[in-house]
Amino acid sequence: MKSSHQIELTAGIFLLLAIGALIFLAVQATDRGVVAGGGYQVTAYFSNIGGLKPKARVSMGGVSIGMVESISLDPDTLEARVVMRISDQYDDLPEDSSASIFTAGILGDQFIGLEPGGSPEPLRDGDRILLTNSALQLEQLITRYMFDSEGDD
Amino acid sequence: MSATSSPPGRLLNPLRQLGRAGLFLLTAFSRMRLTRFQAAETLRQIYFSGVRSLVIIVTGGFFVGLVLTLQTYDTLSRFGAAEAVSTVLALSLFRELGPVLTTLLFAGRAGTSITAEIGLMRATEQLDALDLMAIDPMERIVQPRLLAGIVAVPALVLIFNVCAILGGVVFAVFMMGSDPITFWSNMQATVELWRDFGHGMLKAVAFGFLASWLAVYFGWTARPTSEGVALATTQTVIATAISVLILDFVLSAFML
Repeated sequence: MKSSHQIELTAGIFLLLAIGALIFLAVQATDRGVVAGGGYQVTAYFSNIGGLKPKARVSMGGVSIGMVESISLDPDTLEARVVMRISDQYDDLPEDSSASIFTAGILGDQFIGLEPGGSPEPLRDGDRILLTNSALQLEQLITRYMFDSEGDD
Repeated sequence: MSATSSPPGRLLNPLRQLGRAGLFLLTAFSRMRLTRFQAAETLRQIYFSGVRSLVIIVTGGFFVGLVLTLQTYDTLSRFGAAEAVSTVLALSLFRELGPVLTTLLFAGRAGTSITAEIGLMRATEQLDALDLMAIDPMERIVQPRLLAGIVAVPALVLIFNVCAILGGVVFAVFMMGSDPITFWSNMQATVELWRDFGHGMLKAVAFGFLASWLAVYFGWTARPTSEGVALATTQTVIATAISVLILDFVLSAFML
C-alpha cells in the first residue's frame, strides 16, 4: 500500500498524461494540423472546382503547404472563389504561381496543386492567384473522348 | 421476495431496480458537498480506478489499433486505397471504439473492484459503522467513486486513442511502409475536432458516469453475503456492458 502522498502524485501524473493525450489528439489527429492558426491567405478563382472541399490539401511539388479554408461562388463573375491558407514557412512563393485542381488517384480526394512561376515578387497575405486551371471532370473527358473517336470513324 | 416468483412480480422487479438505482443516484448527488477532503478522496479513487487500469488500457489500445489497421489495410489495398487506412482508424476510434472499449475494460477492471469493495463494506458492516460515527457513507464512499469514474474514463479514453493510433502507425508505417506524412495528413483532413473527436469525448464522459454509477449502485445494494457480493460483481459487468452498448447507439443517433 502506497502512502497517500504518492497516490496523489501518481493520480496527478495520470491526469497530466491524459491532458497530454488530449493535446496530441487535438493537434496531430484532427483537421487543423497542416496550418495551425498561422499562415497567410491567398484566393483563386476557378470556373469549376469539381469535388474540391474545404480543408482539402494545398500542395506545391507534392508537398503539403496549406489547406483550403473556404469555397464560395462569386456573385458577379459566377466563378468559384477558393480561399487557401498557406503556412508561414512558405512565404516566398512567386507571385505568378498558378493553381490547378488535381485528384489524388482515380477516386481520391481533390486537392490544389500550385506551380511556381518566375516572378521575384512573393505572394502576400490577401493576394489573388491569377493563373488557374479548373478541375478535370471525368464525365467531360469521357464525353470528349467518345465524341473524338466518333469523328475519327 | 415472494412477489418475485409470480409473473407480474417478475416483470415489475427490473422496473423497481431501475427506480432504486435512480433514487440512489439522486441521494448521492443531493448530498454532494465539495470539500477539500472530498477532492483528495476523489483523487485517491482516480488513482485506484484510473491509474491502476493503465496497463490494460495501454496494451488493449495498442493491439486494437494494430489489428484494426491490419484488417482495414488488407481490404483497402485491394481497392488501391490503402492510404485511407488512417482515416478509417481515427474515425472508428474517436467515434465508437475508443469510448466503448475503454468503458468495457474499465467495467471489468475497476467497476468490479468498486462493487466488491462496497459490497464487502456492506457485508462486514463497515458502512453501518461509518453511519454510527456520524460519517455519511454516501459522502465518504459513494461520491468520490462516482466523481472519479467521470474523470477517469475520459482520461483513459484519451490514452486508449493515442495508443491505438500509435499501434496503427506501427503497422502501417513501420511494417507496411506507408508514407507517414500521407498517414497523418489523411487523418487530419478528414477528422473534425468537434464533430468526431469532441462527440466521442462527450460519450466518454457519459459512459464513465454510467459505469461508475452502476458499479457503486450494485455494491451498495449487494446482499451482505459472499454470494451476494459475487452476484453483484457479475451484475455490474453485465449491466454496464449492455447499457453502454445501448447508450452508445442512442448517443450516436443523437449526434449524427
